[in-house]
Amino acid sequence: MREIFVSDIAAKVAELCVRACVEVSPEIRRLMQAARPLDAGLGGQVLEKMLLNQEIAKSERMPICQDTGMVVVFVRIGQDVRIVGGSLDEAITDGVRMGYDKGFLRKSVVEDPIRRVNTGDNAPAIIHYEIVPGDGFHITVSPKGFGSENMSRLVMLVPADGIEGIKNFVLETVIKAHSNACPPIIVGVGIGGSFELSAIMAKKALLRKLGEAHPDPFWAEVEAELLVKINETNIGPAGLGGRLTAMAVHINTYATHIAGLPLAVNLGCHVNRHEEGEL
Amino acid sequence: MNEIREITTPLTDEIIQSLSCGEMVYITGKVYTARDLAHGRIMVMLDAGEAMPFEFTGNIVFYAGPSPAPPGKCCGSIGPTTAGRMDLHSPTLIAHGLKAMMGKGLRADPVRAAIRAHGGIYFAAIGGVAALMSKSIKSVEIVAFEDLGTEAVRLLEVEKFPAIVAIDSRGCCIYDR
Repeated sequence: MREIFVSDIAAKVAELCVRACVEVSPEIRRLMQAARPLDAGLGGQVLEKMLLNQEIAKSERMPICQDTGMVVVFVRIGQDVRIVGGSLDEAITDGVRMGYDKGFLRKSVVEDPIRRVNTGDNAPAIIHYEIVPGDGFHITVSPKGFGSENMSRLVMLVPADGIEGIKNFVLETVIKAHSNACPPIIVGVGIGGSFELSAIMAKKALLRKLGEAHPDPFWAEVEAELLVKINETNIGPAGLGGRLTAMAVHINTYATHIAGLPLAVNLGCHVNRHEEGEL
Repeated sequence: MNEIREITTPLTDEIIQSLSCGEMVYITGKVYTARDLAHGRIMVMLDAGEAMPFEFTGNIVFYAGPSPAPPGKCCGSIGPTTAGRMDLHSPTLIAHGLKAMMGKGLRADPVRAAIRAHGGIYFAAIGGVAALMSKSIKSVEIVAFEDLGTEAVRLLEVEKFPAIVAIDSRGCCIYDR
């Protein structure tokens, strides 16, 4: 049985939180650089500012966006791992506190959804655990901004709505979100499973490496078609018009009930913060 | 491309009326931040007939909550939050003399109508270019609701802060185009 110390987990979480908030993924950067020359209007100027902002943020270790999110953590723990030195939940929460303090990241969490007093340290995080065979420990940190989170939607379609029902709802979600979700966005889609699983799948879809298609050619084609349709809306960077409204559509699917067709659409802004690490 | 126009606060009616939707501007001068919780408190204070935490006339309200300033800097990363969340309160504030707002995204019809009726203006700033925008902030001072943390009302001295006229005083909206 492999032992992992909670102090190492906390340090890793802190490091990942800061990196996710100050560095954009190389795939996002490459995609924006490629799109920039194709857009002579306001949208192109916005892309240029986004690229410049990424450089400043990285070199000065400043957050790319002032909204450094509420931290969503996905942990994949091997069943042969033993966590020692304290509680795993607390270690992750401590890591968030440390990262947000030392990284000068914004504290954007309120303790109660109605009474709304800021917790002052960006804790608690939202933690999802998955137990897998082996002795690995994999952690993904996704500090989720709420400009895009607020524009996300979930619907329980019926089987008869079919693939067209899915496409229409995804497209409608992006159009309603418009500039609020900070385009060019990443569109995470969860289809099937149950009410809650569709939402978790949509969130996980935002974590997929940009440019990787769904392994099933049927769904890969739906992703490609939706991306084209979304980019025909001319919403554009920051909603100011242009060809790049979304950088990717990522779909995750799961088996579902004979009566159901759950569908969740989680939008990620043009920063789409997330970082992963192993221990 | 034409030279980008620079405007300086206080924004007079003359300046506001001379701006058209879709126009890019650089803002220099005083800007006050206020977002969700600050709006809630301001509304309660208005109802109670109390004095406002800052003068509305001529000033710009910026829907923003900056990240903490790192050592050696006056301001952390800063940028607009979704303006639509303030839609419920904005018509009342506009009726009480607030003319200029800055944020991100679409506004509801009552806000647009209030802007048109009172000769106001709504600027859109670009979301998520916050490290770059912090370069335009010259000083930051908390003027109200310090207990709200990032949601406190702050007076910012800005220099050449980039924005786009999203709704002009005639009610024309850039997102309609």
